[in-house]
Amino acid sequence: MSRLQRRRVLLALAAPALAVVVAFVVTSLILVVARDPVGQVWATLLTPPRPRLVVAILNGAIVYYVSAVAVAIGFRMNLFNIGVDGQYRVAAFAAAVVAGQAWLPGPLNVALGLVVAMLAGGLWAGIAGLLRIYRGVSEVISTIMLNAIATFLVAYLLRKAAVDGGGSNVVSTRPLPDASRVPGLPLVPGVSREVYGLVFLAVLVGLVYWFVLSRTRFGFDLRATGASESAAVASGVDVRRMVVTSMILSGMTAGLVGMPLLFGQDYAYGSTFQPGLGFAGIAIALLGRNHPVGIAFAALLWAYLDQQSNALQITAGVSDKLVGVIQGVIVLSVVIAYELVRRGGVALEQRRVASLLDASSGRPAEGAPA
Amino acid sequence: MLRSTFLRQATKVAAVVAAGTLALSACGSSSPTPGAGGTGAGSTGGAPAGQALKVGMAYDVGGRGDQSFNDSAASGLDKAKAELGAQGKEAAATTGEPESAREERLQQLIDAGYTSIVAVGFAYAPAVKKIAADNPDVKFGLVDSTDATGPNIENITFAEQEGSYLVGAAAALKTKTNVIGFVGGVQTALIKKFEAGYAAGAKAVNPAVQIQVKYLTQPPDFSGFASVDKGKAAAEGMYQQQADVVYHAAGGSGGGVFQAAKAAGKLAIGVDSDQALTADAAVRDVILTSMVKKVDVGVFDFIKSVKDGTFKAGTKAFDLKAGGVDYSTTGGKVDDIKAKLDDYKAKIIAGEIKVPSA
Repeated sequence: MSRLQRRRVLLALAAPALAVVVAFVVTSLILVVARDPVGQVWATLLTPPRPRLVVAILNGAIVYYVSAVAVAIGFRMNLFNIGVDGQYRVAAFAAAVVAGQAWLPGPLNVALGLVVAMLAGGLWAGIAGLLRIYRGVSEVISTIMLNAIATFLVAYLLRKAAVDGGGSNVVSTRPLPDASRVPGLPLVPGVSREVYGLVFLAVLVGLVYWFVLSRTRFGFDLRATGASESAAVASGVDVRRMVVTSMILSGMTAGLVGMPLLFGQDYAYGSTFQPGLGFAGIAIALLGRNHPVGIAFAALLWAYLDQQSNALQITAGVSDKLVGVIQGVIVLSVVIAYELVRRGGVALEQRRVASLLDASSGRPAEGAPA
Repeated sequence: MLRSTFLRQATKVAAVVAAGTLALSACGSSSPTPGAGGTGAGSTGGAPAGQALKVGMAYDVGGRGDQSFNDSAASGLDKAKAELGAQGKEAAATTGEPESAREERLQQLIDAGYTSIVAVGFAYAPAVKKIAADNPDVKFGLVDSTDATGPNIENITFAEQEGSYLVGAAAALKTKTNVIGFVGGVQTALIKKFEAGYAAGAKAVNPAVQIQVKYLTQPPDFSGFASVDKGKAAAEGMYQQQADVVYHAAGGSGGGVFQAAKAAGKLAIGVDSDQALTADAAVRDVILTSMVKKVDVGVFDFIKSVKDGTFKAGTKAFDLKAGGVDYSTTGGKVDDIKAKLDDYKAKIIAGEIKVPSA
């Protein structure tokens, strides 16, 4: 039995290792074809980041982590919430408007902002959930469309809610009062840049995600429904309710994505608020295999690559598009590697079972699939 | 069991992610990017007399090779390399990057020894504000924004509405259907200046002219400046709706506008650079004129002021009078109306025509 377990661990490690090798080879090939300096690129990418950059990477990863967990909640239920991108923008806008009014003092205002963001994100995602159960609309389609609607809705409302910037190109909501700004943490010594105070929020999101999914009845039902809907129905799970609930939970988590940015950096929702976090979250959830710890590593890797874009351009002299290429190649490599390893695992298992059968029956197992 | 479901999921998701990423970042410019990604980095012009003049360029999304806004800035650097012996290092923004990446870009250029920094585009304003304060000895030229000010920041701004007025007049003089179009990259105050001037110029020629307006993306999504597909789709729609001249203020997305014009056999107006010279050779013949925003003049002027020791912080406006904006005549399609356009130009310079900016 312990041999089996060892094999399982080896297989689990083989997938990411294979993915890294494939990504390395493919990227190198692209660099060679593009006549870019391969050695210089890898040397730059593998140089340990400076302390200042470490903070930027941590901050990037914090935001990506929450986004990827939001996506992962859907994945575990076999729901593709492509709409995290729209949900976090709607939520960040709503939270910025409400918190900007400063109805409550200091920290209470922050708490109110977080609640508003979760409500807004949950509601926005809930639309896709309701459309799925009542009208049978695939959540892939509806969430992508809701992203577009979110873009226009937020842009429209932003113009209504915007404070006059005096001809500035940056349109934004009323800035948060000083008392509601969450101070950064000077985690890395000797650097003026600080880690978002809401790093705790990301950790909490990860813990709750882990606990609910693997330690509660609800989490079991959710995973069971994701794995086999008919089996879940047979064991008494109300699938329609599960669809809406998990979509709303995913949206509520998505609502929190922009919060570290809002309360720790931008202090308002405006035209320079970071876009595209939801799409990055999909890739990161995939890379981290929906596992709370795996996602953390994936988010760090993603943020690391993001921040290396500058060094690649300035030190190695290659195109800014290269980082996007590397990220894309990694996602593809992961999918390919996991599939290869899975097939390898299945083949090994079949061979083992066949040989066991052989031994017990004393006859050659004919037609045993290799 | 759970695992195999996940894997099937994973394959599907990869496809969706790929599609989503494409839709979002819209693959940047699809055209070949000559000298993309700082191949010009580090190359020196003539030997400078005193100490080396080292210029770090931080481009907006699209970077060198967008055939438009960033390229115009890049040619200012190229001129400074050739005439002032400046050394340059270039880096471009990526779509959807965090604010820290912009700060980091400026700081890394400074760390690499580049003491004059040109930040191309208003998205850099918060980053310039911060990094300029941290590096008081470094001079910053911030293109298109007055949001960040400081003793070491020059705000390089342009009167885009004045140049747009002239191409608006050209469009109204050339249209046969009395329907013209405007494609804006991202709906911001800056791009609205282009639209306002364009509309005013067109109405001045023909008050009955109908103007179709489309913005490709809404802030905070800035992919509208680098989405050839979106520009193409928007312009196709306008040409189908009777428009026969479409003006774009959409950076790299303008390539799509030209493709649509070519396919429809109609005309388009370029922006920022003289696009009859810089666009893909296949579509140059559809370009009526271009609203030339001489970012190169602003950039060169900034670099020269640093070299000469005449750097002055604060806003420097490059308008029609200062030669900061103009219309282009390459291709000869506006030769017959040149007299009329120059008349408008003279009136604007003289202050007889006040062009609205919103």
